[in-house]
Amino acid sequence: MKIYLWWFFSILLIFSQVVGCQRSGAGITVAGSTSVEPFAGLLAEEYMLHHPPSHIYVQGGGSTAGIEAVRSHAAHIGMSSRSLMGTEKSLHAVIIAKDAIAIIVHPKNRLEGLSLVRVREVFSGKIRNWKELGGHDHPIILVTREEGSGTREAFQKLVMGEEEISLEALVQDSNGAIRQVVAGDPHAVGYISLGLVNEKVKALKISGAEPSVKSIESGRYHLVRPFLFVFNSEPTGEAKAFLDFVMSPEAQRLLSKEGLVSILSKSSGG
Amino acid sequence: MILEIKEKIIERTLLLVAFSSISILALIAFFIFGEGLPFIWKIGPIDFLFGKRWVPSQHEFGILPMIVGSFWVTLGALLLGIPLGLACAIFLCEWTPRSAAMVLRPAIQLLAAIPSVIYGFWGLVVLIPLVRNYLGGPGLSILSGSVILGFMILPTIISISEDSLRALPPSYKAGALALGATHWQTIWRVLIPAARSGVVASIILGMGRALGETMAMIMILGNAVKMPSSFLDSARTLTTNIGIEMGYASGDHRHALFATGVILFFIVMILNSSAIVLSRRRVD
Repeated sequence: MKIYLWWFFSILLIFSQVVGCQRSGAGITVAGSTSVEPFAGLLAEEYMLHHPPSHIYVQGGGSTAGIEAVRSHAAHIGMSSRSLMGTEKSLHAVIIAKDAIAIIVHPKNRLEGLSLVRVREVFSGKIRNWKELGGHDHPIILVTREEGSGTREAFQKLVMGEEEISLEALVQDSNGAIRQVVAGDPHAVGYISLGLVNEKVKALKISGAEPSVKSIESGRYHLVRPFLFVFNSEPTGEAKAFLDFVMSPEAQRLLSKEGLVSILSKSSGG
Repeated sequence: MILEIKEKIIERTLLLVAFSSISILALIAFFIFGEGLPFIWKIGPIDFLFGKRWVPSQHEFGILPMIVGSFWVTLGALLLGIPLGLACAIFLCEWTPRSAAMVLRPAIQLLAAIPSVIYGFWGLVVLIPLVRNYLGGPGLSILSGSVILGFMILPTIISISEDSLRALPPSYKAGALALGATHWQTIWRVLIPAARSGVVASIILGMGRALGETMAMIMILGNAVKMPSSFLDSARTLTTNIGIEMGYASGDHRHALFATGVILFFIVMILNSSAIVLSRRRVD
């Protein structure tokens, strides 16, 4: 008797999962870059508020993982914080916003700004002590992102050029983890997405330009990269509806309030 | 008759289930080796194992810093875990009053049940500022990682050593005491040597756990890809190398991570088989 009951429950369990799967099929999945994820999550919430029955699942995993997921149809939309490379170029990409990279230090750090060249020298390991930059006498603790990260790639392109990021640098696997380390260590310096800078860390001026939406729009702050939504082909249905929402002035306003540079302001401000 | 058929069915079903779990192991091994081995061949086993630079974007894949990192972190964990674990096992076997054992044993089991991310978080918030403020360096270091790992492998070392101590025939202890040895002499000169195979097995299994730990180490070690020069340096282990980079890796980079997995697979396989061999060898 007990055994039959057990069978009954296991079958019930299997079926309940199948039913659950079908229900989740109603929404769309957005996966990829951990830099884009928080903003996409915000937009998804806003979108779901206006379109009650639909559901948008936002997952992290990284730019490459997101692009892979779109290719294998595991996700409807991929988020990428880097431009598409090689064979990925066959996919359909849309710039949804631009993001700046901020160089962050501990709030207690006396330094207010650095020139781009100095930042490069710090991260390539040529300048090793804060003293050389007019700060306190302590070795600089470098914090960088892992190989393959969209933020690292953008930083490499925008700041480092041909120089290599020092292998001595600590490596953290998300914007949040870098912020955590820098917030806890008065001697650390790292780089994260400008939208994720909070009061626990200080974003440095780069070559005199304040890291703010305003100076980005006026073209004075140069460390800027695109945020992409990636599709297999021209989006349709729910994915199209979500993309349209993301490109709407209302959503773009929301993004610029969160520290991103809206694509609308780019077209107007040049 | 019907009962017999039923028995047969159940027997076959269980056999199938048992084999399916093994076949998953085979599948994993097949997949990792399939993805990783060709890559190791391609760049050369010597360059891969002894290369000092890991810069995937420039096509440099040397995992020696990770092998060294894994080695130091594991060694540090054992330096902390073995004395503590062994002392705890001896205490539980020989001295603990029943009431204390009733608290101690569940507490040790709880230690094993805490998810590693909690250990990592605790280390990040409590241990790392301590190391940074009092010893210097970034705090994210081999030392911090070793301390956390030392605690994480305690349950393995304690429970297996305790079991092997308890499995000894009571005549060993009675004989030693009857010959006039003190309690400590009995433990140190008779019981521990007699239970040696079990104790060594527990240490090797703890080592396997230390080598395999990923989440807590990603949070604590700092993951710098360089040869560590002191215990206060940041390091990267074989597992964290996979864990931290897999999200964004593609192409050769991805294969290189699988190849790291192949090396890890070999190391863990050697450790586990030696633990099995050692624990099988009974003391006469």
